[in-house]
Amino acid sequence: MTTRIFGSGIRRREDPRLITGQASYTDDIKPAGLVHAAILRSPHGHARINSIDTSAAAAAPGVIAVYTGADTEGVLNPMPCAWVIPDSDVKAVAYPPIAKDVVRYVGDAVAVVVAEDRYQAEDALELINVDYEPLPTVINPEAAMQEGTPQLHEDAPNNQAFHWVAAGGDTDDAFANADVVVRDTIIQQKLIPNPMEPRSAIATYVPAMGELTIWNTTQNPHIARFVTCLVTGIPEHKIRVIAPEVGGGFGAKIAVYAWDMVTAFCAMKLGRPVKWTETRSENFVSTTHGRDHVEYVEMAANSDGRVTGVRSVVYAGMGAYLSTAAPGIPTILHGLMYSGPYDIANIKADIYGVFTNSTPVEAYRGAGRPEATFLLERLMDLVAAEVGKDPVEVRRMNLIPKFENGHDVAIGLTYDSGDYEGVLNVALEHVNYDQLRHDQAHGREHGRLTGIGVSCYCEICGLGPSQVAGAVGFGGGLWESATVRFYATGKVNVFIGTSPHGQGEETTFAQIMSDELGVPVDDVEVVHGDTDTTPMGWGTYGSRTTVVGGGALALSARKIKDKAITLAAHLLEAAEADIEYEDGNFFVRGAPDNGKSIQEIALMANVAWNMPEGMEPGLEATTFYDPPNFSYPFGAHVAVVNVDPDNGHIVLERYVAVDDCGPQINPMIVEGQVHGGVVQGAGQALWEGAVYDDNGQLLTGSMLDYALPRAHLVPDIETLSTVTPSPHNPLGVKGIGETGTIASTVTIYNAVIDALRPLGVTRLEMPLTPERVWRAIQEAGGHHGHGHSHGHGHGHDHGHDHGH
Amino acid sequence: MYTPDFHYHKAGSVAEAIEMLGHHEDSRLLAGGHSLLPLMRLRLARPATLIDIGGLDELRGIRVHEGHIHIGALTTHGEIARSHDVQHANPLVAEVAGGIGDPQVRNRGTIGGNLAHADPASDWGTIITVMDGSVEVQGPSGSRTIAIGDFFQGAFATAVADDEIVTGIRVPTLVRQGHGHGHDHGHGHDHGAESINGEVGEYAKMSHPASFYPVIGGAVVINAEGGRCVSARVAVGGLVPTPRRAPSVEAALAGQELTAGNLEAAANQLANDLGDEIIGDIFASADYRRAIAPVEVKHAMLHAIGLAHH
Repeated sequence: MTTRIFGSGIRRREDPRLITGQASYTDDIKPAGLVHAAILRSPHGHARINSIDTSAAAAAPGVIAVYTGADTEGVLNPMPCAWVIPDSDVKAVAYPPIAKDVVRYVGDAVAVVVAEDRYQAEDALELINVDYEPLPTVINPEAAMQEGTPQLHEDAPNNQAFHWVAAGGDTDDAFANADVVVRDTIIQQKLIPNPMEPRSAIATYVPAMGELTIWNTTQNPHIARFVTCLVTGIPEHKIRVIAPEVGGGFGAKIAVYAWDMVTAFCAMKLGRPVKWTETRSENFVSTTHGRDHVEYVEMAANSDGRVTGVRSVVYAGMGAYLSTAAPGIPTILHGLMYSGPYDIANIKADIYGVFTNSTPVEAYRGAGRPEATFLLERLMDLVAAEVGKDPVEVRRMNLIPKFENGHDVAIGLTYDSGDYEGVLNVALEHVNYDQLRHDQAHGREHGRLTGIGVSCYCEICGLGPSQVAGAVGFGGGLWESATVRFYATGKVNVFIGTSPHGQGEETTFAQIMSDELGVPVDDVEVVHGDTDTTPMGWGTYGSRTTVVGGGALALSARKIKDKAITLAAHLLEAAEADIEYEDGNFFVRGAPDNGKSIQEIALMANVAWNMPEGMEPGLEATTFYDPPNFSYPFGAHVAVVNVDPDNGHIVLERYVAVDDCGPQINPMIVEGQVHGGVVQGAGQALWEGAVYDDNGQLLTGSMLDYALPRAHLVPDIETLSTVTPSPHNPLGVKGIGETGTIASTVTIYNAVIDALRPLGVTRLEMPLTPERVWRAIQEAGGHHGHGHSHGHGHGHDHGHDHGH
Repeated sequence: MYTPDFHYHKAGSVAEAIEMLGHHEDSRLLAGGHSLLPLMRLRLARPATLIDIGGLDELRGIRVHEGHIHIGALTTHGEIARSHDVQHANPLVAEVAGGIGDPQVRNRGTIGGNLAHADPASDWGTIITVMDGSVEVQGPSGSRTIAIGDFFQGAFATAVADDEIVTGIRVPTLVRQGHGHGHDHGHGHDHGAESINGEVGEYAKMSHPASFYPVIGGAVVINAEGGRCVSARVAVGGLVPTPRRAPSVEAALAGQELTAGNLEAAANQLANDLGDEIIGDIFASADYRRAIAPVEVKHAMLHAIGLAHH
C-alpha cells in the first residue's frame, strides 16, 4: 500500500505557470482587431447630470466611439440583483449599466470611450464635458436611514434597501430576566478588496451568428453567462463566458459587473473585440467593497457567565446599488450565525440594508461570518469581564458539546458536526495559556502592555442545498457538477462547473481522482472556467468548491469505478461480486496479479471491442451533486499583541490558528488558505478601511493610502488542526477558504483591548491605527507612569523603525 | 494609471540636460522615476517634456574626502546603503538608505530625485538636515552649493531654479575619536554612553502602513565625551512643510549627562521648535504628530547612545 495521496501535501500543480509568467489572464488575451475601452467615472458622490457633451472626445485621435447612458438605455437591461431575500421588502432599485440622469457614488459610470489604444481612450475621457449638479451625499449606513438625509432612490424611502429579521427563542424574555447584559457598538468598517489582478473583460460579437464571447475575470462564469443573457438579451446558448487565469477574487469577482456588460455592448455595436481592464485606481472605486456595518449588539447572561441571549440591530451599507449577491451577506450569511459554536437559546438578528453614496458592497472573504464572529467574540469578552471570569472559561461553559451527526441551534440551522471544546483545548495547550497569562501579568508589572485574544468560531459555508437557496431568495441553485472523462491512454480530464482562481483545486481535485481510482495525479488535468467546455456550476465562493464540487467529482469517480468493476468482471470472466479493487487494480478476489488496471479498463471501454451486453462504450461519468446541508468548519484562534503606550503602535507578536475542516485533501494548501485568511483578517483589525469625506470622496483611493497587510508585519502563523468529518458530503470535507478571515479580526481586536484594559480602554474603532490607540489611551486617562520605551519594534520594521 | 502624452529626450551630459531644460517649455527631469512617474500616471503631474538624466554616469557615485561624503545625485538608495565607504564614514546615512522603501524602490530611487521632490517627511530631507549637509546644483551660469537649511522652501518646493539640476549631495562624516567604527556602526550599544567618544547618529521613524513612506521621523547626532553630551544636532521630518532642526532640543541636551531622563527631558523641548504649522492627514493628525514627535526623537537618542531596551 502506497502513501495515500488524499491527505498528502503535494506541491500545487498550478504554480509553475503562475510563477514563471506563463499563465494567461484576461488582459493577456489579444484577439485580432482588438480595441480598448475606458470608462468615465463620476467624480461626485451624488449629482444630477444636466448634460453630457462627447463631441470633442469623439473627434480625438484614435477614438472609435463614445457611448453614454442614453445609448445603452433600452439596449442593455438594468443590472439585476440575484439575491432577493423573501419577506424583507427588498428594493431592487434600477441599476443602469451607465448612469444617465443621476450619479450616486464616486465611480459610477457616465460614459465609455472606445479607441485604438488605451492611452487614446484615456486621453479622450478628459475631453468629455459633463455638466453635473452636485447633490448632498450620505455615507454612513445608520445616518442614511435618519429622516432628512439625502435620498438615493425614489422607490427606497429612507434609503432602506431591505429589512430582515431572524429570531429563535424569546430574546425579550431572555434579556428581561438576565443577570448580566453587555452591549457594544461595533463598526465593521468598509473594506476595499484588492486582488492582485484587477477586473477585466474582453467581448467579441459575431453578428452573423449572434454569438457573444466574454473573457472575464470572474469567480463564476456560468452565473456571468446567465446574467449577461438577462442584461444583453442574447440567448444563453449564444453566450460563452471564459474565465482564464483569475488572479484572486476574495468575493469581489462574484458580482457580474455593469462594466463587463458595457464592454459587451461596445463589441456588439462595433463588431470588433473590445477590452476593458480597470486601473488600480479604478479598482478602488469601481470594484465592490466589503463589510460596512454599524451594529448595536447585546448579550444576556447569568451571573456565572452562562449566555442566555444575543441580539442586534445592524445597519448594513449596500453602497449605491444592490450588487449581485449583496443582500444575502448581512442576512443569511451573518444573521443566521449568531449562535456560532455556542449553545444560545434566544437569538434575534434585526438587519437593515441601507443605500449610501458609496461603491456597492458585495461578499468579501468571510462575507457576513467575520461580522457575526466578531460580535459574538466581542460580547463573550465583555460578559467575562462583567462576571469576573477568564474569557476562556466563559467560552468553554457556553460551547455546544461534541456532536458527530447534526445539531440544531435556536436560529433554525442544523450544524453538521463539531468538537468545539476539543479544538479550544488544542489551542490552549499549544500556547500554554496559563503561562501566557502569567507572563502577561508579570510584564504588566514592568509596564509592558501585552494582550491575549482567544476566539472560538463556527461558520457556515460549502453553500449549499439548492432547496435552501431557493427558500432564502438566492436567484439560482447551489449544486455543482463534475464530468470525469477517461481516454483510451488512461489519461483523465475532469471538467468542473466551479471556477478556482487561486484555491488550488487543479491539485486537490486531481488528488481526489487519484485517491478514488488510483490514477497518478499527473495523469489528471482539471478543466474549468469556460461555459462552453465545462458542465453547469454555480461557481467558487462561500468555501464551496471542494465541499460541493469535490463531492460531485467523488461521486463521478465512484460511478466510473462501478462501471469499471462491471467491465473487469466481464473481461476476467468472473462474477461482479468477486471483483475487488485496490490502488487502481481490479481483480478477482485472491488473484491481484491477474487483475485489470484502471488504464486497461479505460482502453477497453474506449475501444469497446469486448463490452458486456448493454454496456455503453466510453469511460465517462457526470454527476450533478446537490449537498443535503452546508458545512460548518470551526476552530479556536489565539493572538498575542504588544502595544506601545507612547505612540499607540501595535505589534502582532504571535498568531495561532487551530482549525477543523474535516479530512484535509492537501494540508499544505489548507495551511496556505489559513495563512492568507488570517492575514486578510488582520488587515481589517489593524490597517484597512475605506475613508470617505462628507462629499463622498474616497480618501483612501490608492495603495499610498489604503494599507493592505505586509508580510513583514505579521509573525509566522502557527497552524494546527483537528479532524471532525462532516456526515453530509461524500468526502466529509468542510470549507477552509474563509475561516482565517472569520476568526482573526476579532481575535486580534480582543487581544489589543486586553492589552489596554489596565489603562481603562474598553473599545476602539478599526482599523486600530496608532493614533486611534494613542487617543484611546489619552482619553481613558490611563497614561502610564513609567520612564521609557517598551515594545518598540526591533529588527523587523513594524511600520516603525530606527536606523541603527 | 495611463500618463498623458509627453515628449521624451535623453540627455547625453549634464550640460545638455541644462540646455534642454532651458529650451523646452514645461519640462521636468526624470531620474529614478519614483516620485514623478506615479504622479504622471495619476495625471496629477503633466509635464510637456521629460528630460531623462538617468544615463548620466557623471552624476553617479560616492567619494569620501576631507570630512565629507560626496554622493552623486543619481546614486540610488541601494548603492548608498551598500557602500562600504558610507558605512564607515557615516553609518547613519548608510542605515537610513537601507531603510527606505523596499528593495525595488532602493534600486531605482535616487537621493537627488528624492531631495528635489521635497516631500516634507522624506528620510533624506531629515537626515541631510541633521547632518548639516548641502546640495550642489548646476545651471546655465555654473554650479553653486545650497546649504540644506536653505534648500527646502516649503512642501514639494526647493531653491533649485527651473533651469538647474541637482548634481550632488555633500554630507559630513561622523566625527569619531579614540576608536574605530567597525561593524557596531559606531554605536555604544554594548558599552553604554560612557564608551562613546565623538559623534553617534540615529534615526527613528513611523512609517505609513500603506506607502511605507515615513509619516514622521526624528534624527539625532550626539557628540559625546565621557558620558556627557558635548553638543547635539536634532532634526525632524513630517511635522512642518520642510524638515526642521530642533535648536531647543539641541540646547537642552548640550552639556548634559547622557541619561534616559535627560534625553527624554530634552526631547520634550521639541514643541518649542515646531510652531503651529503642523501638517496632518487621515492617518496621523497634526495633534498626534505633535505628541509623538518627541517620542521618536527620544527613541532615536536612546538608540544612539545604547540605552534602548531590547
